[in-house]
Amino acid sequence: MNPFPFPHPPHMLRETASQTAGPYVHIGLAPQQAGFDVYRNPIGASLLADGLEGQPIVLSGLVLDGAGAPVRDALLEIWQADAHGRYAGPEAAGFRGWARACTDFDKGSYRIDTIKPGRVMGRDGRWMAPHINVWLVARGINLGLHTRIYFADEAEANAVDPVLSLIDGEGRLQTLLARPEGAGDEWVYRFDIHLQGERETVFFEL
Amino acid sequence: MSIRVQAVDEFYPRDPRDHPPALAPDYKSSLLRAPRHALVALQHSLSEITGPVFHGEELGSLDHDLTRNYARQGSPIGERLIVHGFVRDQNGRPAANTLMEIWQANAGGRYRHRQDQYLAPIDPNFGGCGRALTDENGYYFFRTVKPGPYPWRNRANDWRPAHIHFSLSGAAYAQRLITQMYFEGDPLIAGCPIARSIQDEEQLRGLIAQLDRRTTVPFDSLAYRFDIVLRGRRATLFENRVQTPQEAS
Repeated sequence: MNPFPFPHPPHMLRETASQTAGPYVHIGLAPQQAGFDVYRNPIGASLLADGLEGQPIVLSGLVLDGAGAPVRDALLEIWQADAHGRYAGPEAAGFRGWARACTDFDKGSYRIDTIKPGRVMGRDGRWMAPHINVWLVARGINLGLHTRIYFADEAEANAVDPVLSLIDGEGRLQTLLARPEGAGDEWVYRFDIHLQGERETVFFEL
Repeated sequence: MSIRVQAVDEFYPRDPRDHPPALAPDYKSSLLRAPRHALVALQHSLSEITGPVFHGEELGSLDHDLTRNYARQGSPIGERLIVHGFVRDQNGRPAANTLMEIWQANAGGRYRHRQDQYLAPIDPNFGGCGRALTDENGYYFFRTVKPGPYPWRNRANDWRPAHIHFSLSGAAYAQRLITQMYFEGDPLIAGCPIARSIQDEEQLRGLIAQLDRRTTVPFDSLAYRFDIVLRGRRATLFENRVQTPQEAS
């Protein structure tokens, strides 16, 4: 079945195979949404912390399947830099940069409270536009999907972003742009994720 | 501020043969949830090679013990188990300080979840989730009860083999992994569309925990051994000038 005589270098272990998170992923990763409390300290529910610098924003939207139906059992995690473009670590002490959220069981919508990230240096000294890395799992998804949220109101930075420049077609590129939405005092960005179909979101192989 | 030159390790690319394809038609839910476009391949930047850090003091002392972390009036019903093993990267190095989160059904195959309507009863003393950080050797262990198999709406008579869901954060965003652990000898594995979505026998075997008699605690708990491999970093480096945003303006 395998056309290659030496498919896996003997010195290298193979990564453990992925399996779907299934419909009850909330039990392990967000027990409160499953309907019960078990941990004194739930991890990942919020990225915001006291004294955090930067513009607070809300990311919200729907996850949709190939028939346009909302995916009501998805779990999303985000990984992002702070307002100065620094990932969590010694230079960005006190900033975790990570949070998770679930789509709700009725509408399939999610909401994440965070801050708008700064620009991060990419490869070859090229600046990446402000972006938030998103990882998504659900029933029916065999290997977690990676995408990125960029901001529609950062046109100048987006135009020179090395990752966005890899994407063929304006329509596909648009699927990675979160759009500002008026919602009172909150600074809301709308970002829908289409798993399949005409408006399918760009997903990355990392 | 000074300009620094930083060498950053990339990860080995994921080998598609190590994982199930997105579209696995026998697993019906994948039909409308698998992207149809090819994934866009990225060379790694800081966004992929960094990741969140977790600390032991964020976890409770019983978080890894599913026989006690939801016990109200007594112990959960079922076969008492230790599940333990080592988490390494593809280079064989220990994956230390990795957040592991697990969840599972109770001994009857019922989940404590508002969406689960299976007629097997909820166990009042069993929650079904646990978490732990690997130690400096990449070692972890959980205590739990053996989950039961359960029916699911796929084909009319599909039953999941007994399994425990595992989530690993790794040290970087690129290592993030969710999988399922099965039990040695379970005859339901061979017919399960989810397990069989992995097309490589060796990779499926890697998800089957082995009975570990040496770790079994006499008159207390059986033990199963389950080792996990996360992506490893390449030996080659690329150079990356890291600046502060102020320098760019």
